[in-house]
Amino acid sequence: MANVAVAVAEVVLEVADLCTDFAVGRQTIRVVDRVSFSLRRGQTTAIVGESGSGKTVTALSLLQLIEPPGRISGGTIRYRGRDLRPLDETAMQQVRGARIGMVFQDPLSSLNPSLRIGTQIAETLLAHERISSAEAERRAVELLVRVGVPDAAARARDYPHHFSGGMRQRVLIAMAIACNPEIIIADEPTTALDVTVQAKILRLLHDLQQAMGASLLMITHDLGVVAALADEVVVMYAGRVVERADVDRLFHAPLHPYTRALLDCAIGLDDDRSTPLTPIPGAPPDLRRRPAGCQFAPRCPVAIAKCHRLDPPLLPMNPGQDVACFVAQGDADG
Amino acid sequence: MLRSYLGKRLAAILPVLFGVSVIIFLLMHLAPGDVTTVLLGPQATEQDRVALRHTLGLDQPLPVQYGRWLERTAEGDFGTSIATSLPVTALILPRFVNTIILTVASLFLAVLIGYSAGLFAALRARSWFDRSMMTVTLIFGSTPPFWLGLLLVLLFALKLQWLPVSGMIDMAGDGGVLDTLHHLVLPAVTTALAPAAIIARMVRSSILESLGRPHVLVARAKGLRRRDLLRRHVVLNALPPIMTITGLQLGYLLGGALFSEVVFAWPGLGSLLYSSITARDMPVVQAATLLIALTFVLVNILVDLVNVLIDPRLQES
Repeated sequence: MANVAVAVAEVVLEVADLCTDFAVGRQTIRVVDRVSFSLRRGQTTAIVGESGSGKTVTALSLLQLIEPPGRISGGTIRYRGRDLRPLDETAMQQVRGARIGMVFQDPLSSLNPSLRIGTQIAETLLAHERISSAEAERRAVELLVRVGVPDAAARARDYPHHFSGGMRQRVLIAMAIACNPEIIIADEPTTALDVTVQAKILRLLHDLQQAMGASLLMITHDLGVVAALADEVVVMYAGRVVERADVDRLFHAPLHPYTRALLDCAIGLDDDRSTPLTPIPGAPPDLRRRPAGCQFAPRCPVAIAKCHRLDPPLLPMNPGQDVACFVAQGDADG
Repeated sequence: MLRSYLGKRLAAILPVLFGVSVIIFLLMHLAPGDVTTVLLGPQATEQDRVALRHTLGLDQPLPVQYGRWLERTAEGDFGTSIATSLPVTALILPRFVNTIILTVASLFLAVLIGYSAGLFAALRARSWFDRSMMTVTLIFGSTPPFWLGLLLVLLFALKLQWLPVSGMIDMAGDGGVLDTLHHLVLPAVTTALAPAAIIARMVRSSILESLGRPHVLVARAKGLRRRDLLRRHVVLNALPPIMTITGLQLGYLLGGALFSEVVFAWPGLGSLLYSSITARDMPVVQAATLLIALTFVLVNILVDLVNVLIDPRLQES
């Protein structure tokens, strides 16, 4: 929202050159390719991109929740200066839920149908704090109150199937914030919800983040969400970061042709119907057969010969704006 | 809610038992052979046979015979054994206890082997352990118990001479518990292996299915320890199909025990049933089958109850 503090807020999480591969048959597909970005204290970074652009895999990689045949194959994930990648499973268990909380995409299938709501929230607390289960259950009720579940003490004893989608997402948020993490990752937290509920959930996430002073990594394909919440935006295409910018710059002066195309196909409420929607021609590349050079080049209206041969590096163009595009970088020789 | 469900399930037992008794009754009459030959021997005169059939009521039409049997059974009287002239109840009950001992021992083995093999295979899916386990279970799951029993006898009793071939006479015999256990090993293993294999495969697939559910990923993201994660989010949710297959396998165990009892001369319901069928001892066959069917149905109701307790959604439907 306010990006006044950008220059001063310290970096809490710094991701550099993160690569995640999946083995399919004898082939290895790179789903996340040299992704770099950072999260600053108390701020919101949004990762945007189409389905299949590697957003969710990036989020899961941060918590090392990638399971075979997937594998994190390179890069660093520095949390407060310490690289999380060499940590073993037991050490990561102490990071997950405690330092970094995650809210998932589909609240309907994200809760265990056989355990009471209160128990599932208390579980997070019991995994990380030396408290009695009675104390954990009591705090679970407090958390339910905090995320706006009415009649929390009674609802804590209910099972997930008694909760609506929006209420379940509130429960998932309660689980994610239970241990006051410094970082909250929200992977498309509103995609599966009704429009009326979406705004409430986003508001809740934002308010909690502000109250806790936590950093929020918001993964979304919805530019409206980005405009409403983000301080910084990372645009992903085919597993790579194509542009990284402060939210104002991204909306008012996007540099990458893909970012511009993405903004062009967004529907604004003040658009009148005569403004034609501009879909991006073509489709994202098949990751098993990546094209050489810039991944967007085959669909790019301004691509030059070089774009089809070489990978454009992600370079800073303006303060607070990096782009991976030869054309935007003013490289006209093809 | 739970009580009315239980009532409904218990009420459904009667039609099942009725069906079983009709089928057994008809099957016994369809099978070739004659009880009079068994009782009087091949040299008996036709006159003696007719007289005996009349005494036993076997000259009546089938529906009448069945009706009479049903009437007596409804009053709790299972009649007397044709072959031994003993009251059926007195004949069956001690045998039933022996069968329960064998079945419970086999069930214990089948569950122990099946659950651990299935769980380990699922947690190491597609490893060499998993692959070899699946091959082994396929082989054991399709091996008839009487043949397996003979192989085990050959190896452990005759070649290695570790375990007795047979000789279990009486539970309350001189040998005590150790002797009973000693005699129990081979028949129990024989009966247990096929169900263990089937249970292992079911456990594996249902744990694998459970592992892939989204809420397991969410639970991992909460930072749960692996043990808690498996117990509360994987195994708990995988239990209903596992419990169901275990309950169904109990039917197979009772049936398998029948074969093992014959092979190992175990004095249970199975060997009694075997000799009674051979002797065409109708009252004993009927009562023994009903008892087996009743046990089977009751166990499955118990299993369904446990499932309802595990999955709260079932309590409301």
